[in-house]
Formats: sequence, structure tokens, C-alpha cells
Amino acid sequence: MYAQMVKTDATKVRSLSEMTEQERAFQERIDRGEKIEPTDWMPEGYRKTLIRQIGQHAHSEIVGQLPEGNWITRAPTLERKAILLAKVQDEAGHGLYLYCAAETLGVSRDELIELLHAGKMKYSSIFNYPTLTWADIGAVGWLVDGAAIMNQVPLQRTSFGPYSRAMIRICKEESFHQRQGYDIMMKMAKGSPAQRRMAQDALNRFWYPSLMMFGPSDKDSVHSAQSMAWKIKINTNDELRQKFVDQTVPQAEYLGLTVPDENLKWNEEKGGYDFSEPDWSEFFEVLKGNGPCNRERMEARVRAWEDGAWVRDGLMAHADKRVAARTAAE
Amino acid sequence: MASATDLIANDIQFEWLLRRGDTALVLGHRVSEWCGHSPVLEEDIALANVALDLIGQARMWLSLAGEIEGQGRGENELAYLRDAWDFRNFLLAEQPNGDFGQTLMRQFLIDAYQVPMLEALKGSKDERIAAIAAKAGKEVAYHLDRSADLVIRLGDGTAESHRRMQQALDALWSYTGEMFVSDAVDTAMADAGLAPDPASLKAAWQETVDAVLDQATLTAPEDEFAHTGGLTGRHSEHLGHLLAEMQFLQRAYPGATW
Repeated sequence: MYAQMVKTDATKVRSLSEMTEQERAFQERIDRGEKIEPTDWMPEGYRKTLIRQIGQHAHSEIVGQLPEGNWITRAPTLERKAILLAKVQDEAGHGLYLYCAAETLGVSRDELIELLHAGKMKYSSIFNYPTLTWADIGAVGWLVDGAAIMNQVPLQRTSFGPYSRAMIRICKEESFHQRQGYDIMMKMAKGSPAQRRMAQDALNRFWYPSLMMFGPSDKDSVHSAQSMAWKIKINTNDELRQKFVDQTVPQAEYLGLTVPDENLKWNEEKGGYDFSEPDWSEFFEVLKGNGPCNRERMEARVRAWEDGAWVRDGLMAHADKRVAARTAAE
Repeated sequence: MASATDLIANDIQFEWLLRRGDTALVLGHRVSEWCGHSPVLEEDIALANVALDLIGQARMWLSLAGEIEGQGRGENELAYLRDAWDFRNFLLAEQPNGDFGQTLMRQFLIDAYQVPMLEALKGSKDERIAAIAAKAGKEVAYHLDRSADLVIRLGDGTAESHRRMQQALDALWSYTGEMFVSDAVDTAMADAGLAPDPASLKAAWQETVDAVLDQATLTAPEDEFAHTGGLTGRHSEHLGHLLAEMQFLQRAYPGATW
């Protein structure tokens, strides 16, 4: 889940009878499962919330290039290097689709990037954790992309057309990413004692941050209820987290790795695992900027943007010259 | 078609194939260093594409080199378990990325060489070399389109972009001459009809470079001095650092499967 705790501006979810005629018609379209397109009328709150959510998602893709990019130059074989490079390139592509989807709502990519750099928009908390060994590249694919898929698969049915279409494309690539992550983990878990140690260490460090990706319980949140009414959120955070744990624990067992949770236990009655909550105080510290890599991640993005200003300016200036030359010739 | 093994000693072919493979590998590695740090998202995607193509080409050249050598070394043994003095890439490829302008200029100067080189290699008497050239040639034609276009735009962009592109050209120019030096390996390959004599590629390269620099309002330095050494394993200080990073896991955990 690359968008966490997205606010809606709502103080309560209004019933159809409390809405204006226009709002009611809009809500009824959503209830019928129709897609909302950029030129359609939409409530301001819906538009703003989507900009926050899609923008945060796009930023996550871009910042998310950094922890994996950290190992491109150290990938252990040429094939692994090519696969990782292709994967990180996909993330940049996802960022691009999502910024384009956000642009249909009347905000430019540059505006969103500036808000990110000014600390006024967020990206997923997970990318503030470091990738310390090659096994982390496996863990990111397996756990982080695995958690993202849990959220993104239902979002293919989201009410906003451009977001839904971007998600359909992204999900195809993400499932490949998750498989390549698991493939790395398989090699590591079945490898030398040093490789197994790396694999277990990666699971130890990424388990709880992956559970945090779904955000704290939102069963009582007005924002989540409003987003669900608008179908820009499909499941509660707890539902998705449970699904993720249920899917991932057998995979860890297959690898011969131990999930770092003493309370992890199959619950026959609910048909799912009981598991420990992550340390939410750590989550809020990371959101505040106190994760292990917040400062480095933002510095890297701001530096890329500032160092690249002359390139963007040069390209624009050249384009202007061409237009001027064409106009003069006419 | 004959296989090259019938025509010429294996060690000469091996040496020549390393030049192709190592240049693609080292340049691809350099370009991959940009991933996530480019000036604009579209360029990040394009640079990753170029790096992917180059690493793919390196894999093909090095696999063939290992096969011809016949000592059981494959692409990974050659990429990860040789030290700098056994690398045979052009010095130009290993030059650091610098700013985006330097990366782009390095790419353009090499692309303008690779296009006629691969075009000529499509006619190699060794069908394996010809097959690699056919695949790589398509990729490199696109790389040159892109790098030439950007050199023109940034050369003839703002005063600042012009200054940076000229600075990049000045810094890299003395590494271009090495690409056209022919030695005994090249002569043997050319005589056997396996590869062009590098000196014969100079005119086509010069024509591309002159045309692009002219449109870019950039001026090539007049100094003809050429740094050499890449093809005999005397590299700049930069290559050792690149390899230390690239080879870390294979060196630290010998024999592991990844």
C-alpha cells in the first residue's frame, strides 16, 4: 500500500438524503459501479482526496526507486543486475502513469514534486528503511511489493477511471516484481549459511515495516469511511493486513525462515493467523521524519531535481527556439 | 558460414570479444548509476533502457568470449572475477558520470562509434558475431538517435546548458582517439573478415560528430592527443573503484549461487 492515512476533509459520511441533487447523482453513479472520468462533475472533496492519494502513490514509486537502486551497481550476477534495473525502471514508469492520472485532476507533476520536496506531501513509510544486504532486494520484492499488491489489486476497481486504468497496468508488473523478489529469497534461503543469515535478517527487519504499510487500524476512521463510499478505498487496513499475513506466512515457512513474531498462530475459528501488531509509535516517528533513511531519501530526490534544473531549462529553451524559428520561417 | 574458430587463433578472438563486452559492460554499469537520480522522470526511464541494452550486449559478447576461450568461464566469471588489468574496455566508457551533460556526451561519442562498428559486424564471417551485431545494432541506432538529439538540444539550449555541454566535450575529447587505434588483434580480425579495422570507422564517426556538434553549436577541441591503454589493460584510476563495487558480492562470498 503506497498511500497511507489519506485525509478526505470529511467530518462525517453523509447519507444520500443529506446530499445536494448533484452530489446524490454522483454518489449513485459510484454505487452503480460507473467510472468517473476527469471531465465529469465531481465533489471538491473527491478531487482533492484523489490528488492526495494518487500523488502519494506516485511519490512512493519514485522514492521507492532509491532503496532498490542502492543495489543495482552491486547486483551479484549480470542477469540479476538486468532484472533489478528493469524492475526499478518499471517503478519509474508507474510513477509516470500515476502523475499523469493526477494531472487529469488539475494538478501538474511539477507542483506535486515541489509539494513532496517541501515536505507537504508524503510517500510510503516503507521506503525510509535501508537495504543493507542483497537479501533485502529479495525482501522488498516479496514483502513490500506483496503488500502493495494487496491494496492495488482491489484498486483496479476504483471509481476514478484514470486511476483504475493505471492500476490495471501497474498490477501486471507488480506481480512479476513480487515473483522476482521471492526468487531471490529462494536462492538465498537455500544457499550458503551466510546467505541464509542474510535472508533471515532481511525478514526480521522488513516484517513489521511491511505490516505498517497498511496503516493503523481504520475501522473507526471517518476518512476511510468516506473514501470507501467513494470507492477510492476498497478494503479496511485491517482486512488487507490480515490477508497479507495469511498469504505470506506459508511462503516464509516454505523458505525455511522464521517470521519474527512469537504470537504468530493459526486461528482455526477465524480461518487466519493471529499476529502481533507492529510498533505504531515507530510508524508515527517514521512519518514525522525520524525513520532510518528519511533524510537521505529526500536529499537524494531534491538533489536530483536541483542538479537537473539546467537540463530541464536547456530543453525548454531549445524547444522555444525551434518554435521561434518555425514562426519566423512562416 | 564459417565459424571464427576455423579462421584465427582463439586467444585473438577472445581478446577482441572482451573489448566489445567490457566496453558495453562498463558503460552500462556507469549509466545504471543514474537510476533514480535523473533530472526528469522520462530521462530516468530512458537511461535505464540504455543501461539494460548495454548490459544485455555485454552478456552476449562475454558469453561468446567465454565459449571461445574454452576454460569454463561464462559471462559472470568474466564480469565479476577479473581484476582491472584484465579488462579491455575503452577508457572513455569508464570515465565517471559527472553531471548529466558529461554522461550524455560520453554516450554520444561512443554511440557514434558503435553504430558503424555494429553495422560492419553484421557482415562478419562469424555468424555468432554477426547475430550479436544484428541485435545490438538496432539498440545502438536508437541510442544514437537519442543521445545526438539531446546533445543538440542542450548544446543549443540556455547559456548554462551550452557551457556544460562544451565542458563535457572538452573533458572527454582526448579519450575518443583510442577507439580508432588498430593493433595486431584488430588487424588479425580484419584480415580474417571477422571485424572491421577500427581505423576504417573514423570517417563515419567524424561525420556524425561534426554534424551533431554543428547543430549543437559546440566546438570540438583541436588537440589530437589520445589517451590509450584500455585495450591493453592500463586503465584510469576510476575502473578499480567501479569493479570494487560491481564485484563486491562475488568477491566477498566466493562460490555462492545468487
